[in-house]
Amino acid sequence: MRVNYQAIRVIYKYEMLRAWNTLLQSVASPVISTSLYFVVFGAAIGSRIEEIDGVSYGVFIVPGLVMLSLLTQSIANASFGIFFPKFTGSIYEVMSAPISFFEIVVGYVGAAASKSLILGVIILLTANLFIDLNIAHPFVMVLFLVLTCVSFALFGFIIGLWATNFEKLQLIPMLVITPLVFLGGSFYSVSMLPPAWQTVTLFNPVLYLISGFRWSFFEVADVSVAVSLAMISLFLVVCLVLVWWMFKTGYRLKQ
Amino acid sequence: MKSIVKIEALSKVYASGHQALSRVDLEIRQGEILALLGPNGAGKTTLISIICGIVSASTGSVSVAGYDIVRDYRQTRDLIGLVPQELTLGAFDTVWNSVNFSRGLFGKSSDPAYLEQLLKDLSLWDKRDSELRELSGGMKRRVLIAKALSHEPRILFLDEPTAGVDVELRQDMWKMVRKLNDSGVTIILTTHYIEEAEEIADRVGIISEGRLLLVEDKQCLMQKLGTKQLLIELRQAIDAVPAALADYSLELSADRYHLVYTYDTQSERTGITSLLQALHGTGLSLKDLKSSQSSLEQIFVSLVSAK
Ligand SMILES: Nc1ncnc2c1ncn2[C@@H]1O[C@H](COP(=O)(O)OP(=O)(O)OP(=O)(O)O)[C@@H](O)[C@H]1O
Ligand SMILES: [Mg+2]
Repeated sequence: MRVNYQAIRVIYKYEMLRAWNTLLQSVASPVISTSLYFVVFGAAIGSRIEEIDGVSYGVFIVPGLVMLSLLTQSIANASFGIFFPKFTGSIYEVMSAPISFFEIVVGYVGAAASKSLILGVIILLTANLFIDLNIAHPFVMVLFLVLTCVSFALFGFIIGLWATNFEKLQLIPMLVITPLVFLGGSFYSVSMLPPAWQTVTLFNPVLYLISGFRWSFFEVADVSVAVSLAMISLFLVVCLVLVWWMFKTGYRLKQ
Repeated sequence: MKSIVKIEALSKVYASGHQALSRVDLEIRQGEILALLGPNGAGKTTLISIICGIVSASTGSVSVAGYDIVRDYRQTRDLIGLVPQELTLGAFDTVWNSVNFSRGLFGKSSDPAYLEQLLKDLSLWDKRDSELRELSGGMKRRVLIAKALSHEPRILFLDEPTAGVDVELRQDMWKMVRKLNDSGVTIILTTHYIEEAEEIADRVGIISEGRLLLVEDKQCLMQKLGTKQLLIELRQAIDAVPAALADYSLELSADRYHLVYTYDTQSERTGITSLLQALHGTGLSLKDLKSSQSSLEQIFVSLVSAK
């Protein structure tokens, strides 16, 4: 099978360049908002909250904060990356090039995932300025980081394809992702909730992400890390199947 | 002549239910300049978009250089360059990055020398570092052409290339088209303007309401369907067409010095000889005779209204 590597390369490069041109927006704003979270939740409020499972509150929220940025940025990057050419019409060029849908996805999703991966690292470094961060299982952490970036970039790509206007582009991240992340235990341990709500929370997929990711830092988790890995892998597979279906049907790209 | 694009029984019904193309058959010859002529909404862009892979056909097939556009899309698209009708460009990248991006998309390794020459040919070299959104409409059109040519295609589609373009750019564009054509590139362009088709094309296809009404050599078309007018200039003014010439449905010009005889070049007998004899009979003395061919415009209007 012939693969148009050159095309993947230019799409990837183009998308990375776009982040470079909007550096302030791409990097500075998540760093600033993360720092604000630290100041408010870590220092101001956190000092009055007792330790959770033997981890001080300021440290406890780090994995959740990283996930919050990773999820929103992966989705925002990837959805915008494919939505904008659709919006301007310049997508015609990609569609008329000798390039497969698979290659298009690798280019756009790869770039979006890389960007949020870099961002995740930057946030961790920023966090390290405020607190002393020890990572118990670095490999598992990186695995979670990569899996999350890739699958949510993929999810963002799907949203970008689906969206027919700017409102729709914002809709899912705002109405679905942000609540799920906040209710997924970014800022608390699920065990702090009343039992009924603990059960409800188990239906929140983001919980598994944050729990597993947090385990890689502190070996503290709401659900077992194996279940977390299984869930994120499942999400990845669902996104892959969706993208494959879009490819088969030419969904929202080909009339 | 060898055909490079074969379109067979191609139909397109959009999701809205609109039938944009109805069983179009067309063979595009290698190395020719083909003009597709038709009014707004005729289906020209739809036809081009299907060949280039932007719209999928409902039924029918297209092959390019023997390759099927769906199954062997990599081979067919390698050969094709497309200049779209709309000025669809990104906003923030520079001209230089943009043409490099296009070349890369087509899997070609970078070739700065070629792209430099291309931008120079299109008078874009000075603008290479400008952002696309800073360019005027005509400049954007040039960038679209540069992008389409960035991967050295063998077939070039120009969808209404002269829309919103000034005289100078139009002349440049025709020069470029002829040069490309001389180097063996097959060119297909769409237009509303008959003079354009007349000026540049080897063959003309006429589309209306999703149907390809005809495809003809330009000369053939004009001969075959054209009517000619014979302009008879008289030495003296006359007040009315003489009764002896009533059979010829002549028109008298406003200055009363000219008689206009319209005849069909297709018909066996044009009636010119007998008209001249009849004229002789009336004793009118002639100063000059001129014949003129009807333009594609007239042909087009008569064709479209006939269907
Ligand atoms: N995406 C679409 N969905 C539904 N109908 C469409 C779509 N695109 C085009 N059409 C319709 O198909 C018909 C043919 O359109 P097309 O753009 O091919 O015409 P055209 O010959 O290029 O016209 P123009 O000279 O105005 O560019 C038109 O009636 C148009 O409204
Ligand atoms: Mg059109």
